[in-house]
Amino acid sequence: MIEKNNSDYLIRMFHVSKSFVAKSALSDISLDIVKNEFVIITGPSGAGKTTFLKLLYLGETASQGQILIDGKNLSRITRKNIPFLRRTFGIIFQDYKLIHTKTVFENIALVLEAAGNKRSYVQKKVKSVLRIVGMEGRNNSYPPSLSGGEQQRVAIARAVVGNPKIILADEPTGSLDPQSAEIIVNLLKKFHKRGATVIIATHDRELIRTTKSRVINLKEGYVQSPKVITI
Amino acid sequence: MIFFIRRALQDMNNNKFLHIVTIIIITLSILIVSAFSLFFINANDLMESWKKGIRIMAYIQKNTPEVRILDLKLKIAQTGNVKDVRFISKEEALELLKNQMGQQRSLLNDLNGNPLPDAIEVKLKASIENWEEVEAIAARIESYPLVEDVEYGQKLIGRFTNIFQLFRFIGIAMGVVFFMASVFIVANTIRLLFYSRHDEFEIMRLVGATDGFIKAPFYIEGIIQGAIGGIIGITVLFISFWIISSNIDQGFSSYFFSIRFLPFKLSFGIIICSMFAGWLGCFLSLKQFLKT
Ligand SMILES: Nc1ncnc2c1ncn2[C@@H]1O[C@H](COP(=O)(O)OP(=O)(O)OP(=O)(O)O)[C@@H](O)[C@H]1O
Ligand SMILES: [Mg+2]
Repeated sequence: MIEKNNSDYLIRMFHVSKSFVAKSALSDISLDIVKNEFVIITGPSGAGKTTFLKLLYLGETASQGQILIDGKNLSRITRKNIPFLRRTFGIIFQDYKLIHTKTVFENIALVLEAAGNKRSYVQKKVKSVLRIVGMEGRNNSYPPSLSGGEQQRVAIARAVVGNPKIILADEPTGSLDPQSAEIIVNLLKKFHKRGATVIIATHDRELIRTTKSRVINLKEGYVQSPKVITI
Repeated sequence: MIFFIRRALQDMNNNKFLHIVTIIIITLSILIVSAFSLFFINANDLMESWKKGIRIMAYIQKNTPEVRILDLKLKIAQTGNVKDVRFISKEEALELLKNQMGQQRSLLNDLNGNPLPDAIEVKLKASIENWEEVEAIAARIESYPLVEDVEYGQKLIGRFTNIFQLFRFIGIAMGVVFFMASVFIVANTIRLLFYSRHDEFEIMRLVGATDGFIKAPFYIEGIIQGAIGGIIGITVLFISFWIISSNIDQGFSSYFFSIRFLPFKLSFGIIICSMFAGWLGCFLSLKQFLKT
């Protein structure tokens, strides 16, 4: 069943299922995502979008099936190596997951520090990323003092600061007004243009309509007839 | 490394109260243990100085001719670890006794003859290490012909040696107890800190931090707590020692013996132990975390 790896595939899923104690969240998912693709995963609340993303970065482990990330089989990754897998991802969480006791700067720097980068590089890189997301003035603010849209931009900055191959965005426009949402989407497109593979989980109709890209439609854990629109 | 130390110091600064309480408790533990060591070391010195002044009296069988006593004296003088021998005739012994008795000496005048034995006083070399050696020499001398009995205050010092062993045992037991107390208190501090920041560590792991990266500052905090507690403990002890000893020294010290502070190596060792306690406390409390 497992074919020879084509180096163009970044993510491959083979008959992946995930069930929780009394509930099946994802069923028999098989799909491939190639390098530099822009993918939207959609579906109603509870369809399994967040679970889908979690399986990729081993936030959860699949109950059945195999997942390959950049040629590596996730079922063979040891606990010790999970942090290294996670560095191939930049993740924007549905609830942001910013550390409230650290400043904006520290939150973002953390990713680079954890990867063992030099202080001078960290300083420079964090500043440049904050500039890109338009938050350069808020270095020393604490996340709770920021608006939702601002926190979302910090979350993006943190997701991209380590130059990840894959950016995962869970409801990046979820609670934002259309203007803020557009800023966020444009940022994601910008990093896509720079070479990242972007996967967005959303039920934002507007976002799906205005973004011509591949859409994976989930319903009750199953993939609905896929429509592929390349950009 | 510098990065982790900076992070550790920042954490300690953010949780000053908890860290200060922990350090105070470690300091007290160290203070108690090192005060005991100090007492022990000086008691040991005192014992040693007593041992150096030890003499063995060898009592000689009655009616032994003087020539044979001289032979015996020579033989004893050649025994290992003997520094000096002196013959004390029974007449001399009686004189000494009379002098010692002072007012009651008239009692002795009524004696019919001299009941005391001749004796040889044996002084031992200062190089003698322990009580067992003294006992061995005494036994050797006792085994010589013509020696009727030996006396060397064995009962008194033997009892001291026993008390001393008990002290040593209590000292070690206390050291272990306070070491464990320090380990426990550090483990508890770290556990509290860790729980209070659990969400933060969960996020760190999601963005690719290894367990080592998350734990390192805690280890450094534990070791710093141990080091500070140890250094303060030893310093406080030193200052108290210095104040007390400069007051009592003149009366108490003697030619053989003067009180002294813990040797540098031991002080240093106690601080290292304290740091190790900090590390171990950390290790024990972090072992069970981050396992999901
Ligand atoms: N840890 C868990 N334990 C038990 N059930 C879970 C767990 N996580 C998710 N589920 C269930 O799996 C299903 C899919 O959840 P998931 O969070 O992936 O949905 P979603 O598509 O992201 O929804 P939303 O759009 O509301 O974010 C839901 O029914 C949810 O209740
Ligand atoms: Mg979700």
